[in-house]
Amino acid sequence: MRMLRQMLRLMVGQPPYEVYLAHMARVHPDATPMTRVEFFRNREQARFGGAGGGGKCC
Amino acid sequence: MKHIPWIILAVVGAVCLAVLAVSRGEAVNALWIVVAAVSCFLVAYRYYALYIARHVMRLDPNRATPALTRADGLDYVATDRRVLFGHHFAAIAGAGPLVGPVLAAQMGYLPGTLWIIFGVVLAGAVQDFMVLFISMRRDGKSLGELVRMEMGAVAGTIALAGAFLIMVIILAVLALIVVRALAESPWGMFTVAATIPLALAMGVYTRWIRPGRIGEVSVLGFIGLIAAIVFGQNVAASEVWGPLFTFTPQTLCWILIGYGALASLLPVWLLLAPRDYLSTFLKIGAITALAVGIVVMAPPLRMPALTQFVGGGGPAWSGALFPFLFITIACGAVSGFHALIASGTTPKLIGSETDAPFIGYGAMLMEAFVAIMALVGASILDPGIYFAMNSPAAVLGTDPASAAHAVTAMGFPVSADLLVQTARDVGEHTIVSRTGGAPTLAVAMAEIFSHVAGGTAMKAFWYHFAILFEALFILTAVDAGTRAGRFMLQDLIGLAVPSFRAGTSWLPGVVATALCVLSWGFFLYQGVTDPLGGVNTLWPVFGISNQMLAAVALMLATTVLFRMKQQRYAWVTVIPTVWLLICTLSAGSLKLLSSDPTVGFLAHAAKFGAAVEAGTVLAPAKSMEQMRAIVFNDRVDAGLCVIFLAVVISLLFFTVRTCMAALREDRPTVNESPVQLVPAE
Repeated sequence: MRMLRQMLRLMVGQPPYEVYLAHMARVHPDATPMTRVEFFRNREQARFGGAGGGGKCC
Repeated sequence: MKHIPWIILAVVGAVCLAVLAVSRGEAVNALWIVVAAVSCFLVAYRYYALYIARHVMRLDPNRATPALTRADGLDYVATDRRVLFGHHFAAIAGAGPLVGPVLAAQMGYLPGTLWIIFGVVLAGAVQDFMVLFISMRRDGKSLGELVRMEMGAVAGTIALAGAFLIMVIILAVLALIVVRALAESPWGMFTVAATIPLALAMGVYTRWIRPGRIGEVSVLGFIGLIAAIVFGQNVAASEVWGPLFTFTPQTLCWILIGYGALASLLPVWLLLAPRDYLSTFLKIGAITALAVGIVVMAPPLRMPALTQFVGGGGPAWSGALFPFLFITIACGAVSGFHALIASGTTPKLIGSETDAPFIGYGAMLMEAFVAIMALVGASILDPGIYFAMNSPAAVLGTDPASAAHAVTAMGFPVSADLLVQTARDVGEHTIVSRTGGAPTLAVAMAEIFSHVAGGTAMKAFWYHFAILFEALFILTAVDAGTRAGRFMLQDLIGLAVPSFRAGTSWLPGVVATALCVLSWGFFLYQGVTDPLGGVNTLWPVFGISNQMLAAVALMLATTVLFRMKQQRYAWVTVIPTVWLLICTLSAGSLKLLSSDPTVGFLAHAAKFGAAVEAGTVLAPAKSMEQMRAIVFNDRVDAGLCVIFLAVVISLLFFTVRTCMAALREDRPTVNESPVQLVPAE
């Protein structure tokens, strides 16, 4: 069930926030990580704002 | 011992294929096709994909993927392979695998079935898998960069320019399908129009009210969609509102062009992202429901295995089986566009190299299964209805009586009453000449869904549900594609004029967006005003371009194998490359040079040009102005074919040159990222 939820979120370009937090804690412990909402907007912009164009096919 | 279940599966697949191939005249159940496809796909995955993984690519579970070496929690995230499979499948599956097989059904169900099964196993899935592998070994770089790295800067630029043109054609042909599905259909138009305010409201919700709650907002949006479909019936029936949502194809064309320009300039969170939630989840849900529906209903195939149009002269698209079937079913069997996806986000998310066969090869098999379902959908319809929907008005006339007469004359007896009754069942004014594939598939889906739930009374609802589902993700693709095309164009122009690159100022962005919309808008307008219905002309151009991109991706893969010193396995990519080159080069040159005016653009231009000289107007044109437009469009399409041929031939030259150079070296010369081992747990 958790996996299905994760899959559906990744389909629309949202990786898990917890993984990001864990990564920040491990690699950049002194930097302040983005909040959940900032992270959501960052990913939204990255999915559609760049050259990837949302990675959609015909 | 462990091979025994697989041998049984292979035998089951072979028996099903044999049943399909030898049945003539008696009713064959659609499940034979489904079982044949599924068993072939499973066996191919178990043996061929693993063979490629072990021997051709030599995937190494100890070698770290970009998701580990460059982990950032954002773009590079090691992801569970099942989760990533869903992500990759959602990105590659679109309208292509649904429309192509429906159009291909005009030759009967057998040629399309065989091409999808063998095409995907030997070409399509190999291409996706190879590109994913190549990109995964190079920090998840994009196709253009990969070609540049392995084949040189000139080849990279040619590939990028080719990809941009393909994008333009794809957007035009997708938009054309929407126009054909929504024109003169107030119910469909209302439901699709309703998604815009709905998406805006969802955008506001995720921005300010409950940020990031995708599940919640999607459920709310879905309820809104269903309400729009139900309410659309009243709108269509209303004397005041019905006409307000009834548009001619020309008006719809201008609306779409305006929409494309505006939508791609709006902030992404407002319209694009929320509609992407709806279209993605609806797509996955509808595909699953269709699979369940076909298995539950187990419908008999009513289309013959082969029709008389195998030799050419079909009404939905012109040309003979070879080479045109192989470009009509592009996505589903092999799709060059997937090379852009397989070198996009997916390689940055793979957790282990050994996940690549499941994701690269497996997801493409899944897409082929979608194509098989679309083919089944088109083949369970009465062939009379199929040809009445997919022939141009120039052949059928406009009323059910003339259409029934024309289709019966083709050898598919159908009564005018049946055409009227079918249109009434699905809640439309008419089903005559609703070309483009989407309406045909929607009638088939209505047939299947209403059999499972709701009966005849629900047919109209399910028809408009299917139209909405197709239109929704096509509109998302138009919007997202315009943005992507804009960045491609800025990169390309930026090579000559560096100040045109993204990020310098807003003006180049607006100019590039306008250029992009005008390009696909031109082809869309041409398709909409085309007296033969447009799909007839544009779909082959799209198919040729898409298959050429696939050939380019496979040539890149061949080059990489040679440079890895793995050339003795290069047949894995060389065989599909050669087949695609044969198909696309012969289809491209036929489209260009064939003396048959229904096939060759130049012959068609010459025929109409001569008539203009003589001062006569040829049907279906109605004025001298239309005659000149037809000649002009033919020449543009011919020019496009020349460009595609030039792209693929020049890349073939670079491939051969690079492979020869690699052969002369005594060690590998690939530009892979340095090997890093997976850290011990």
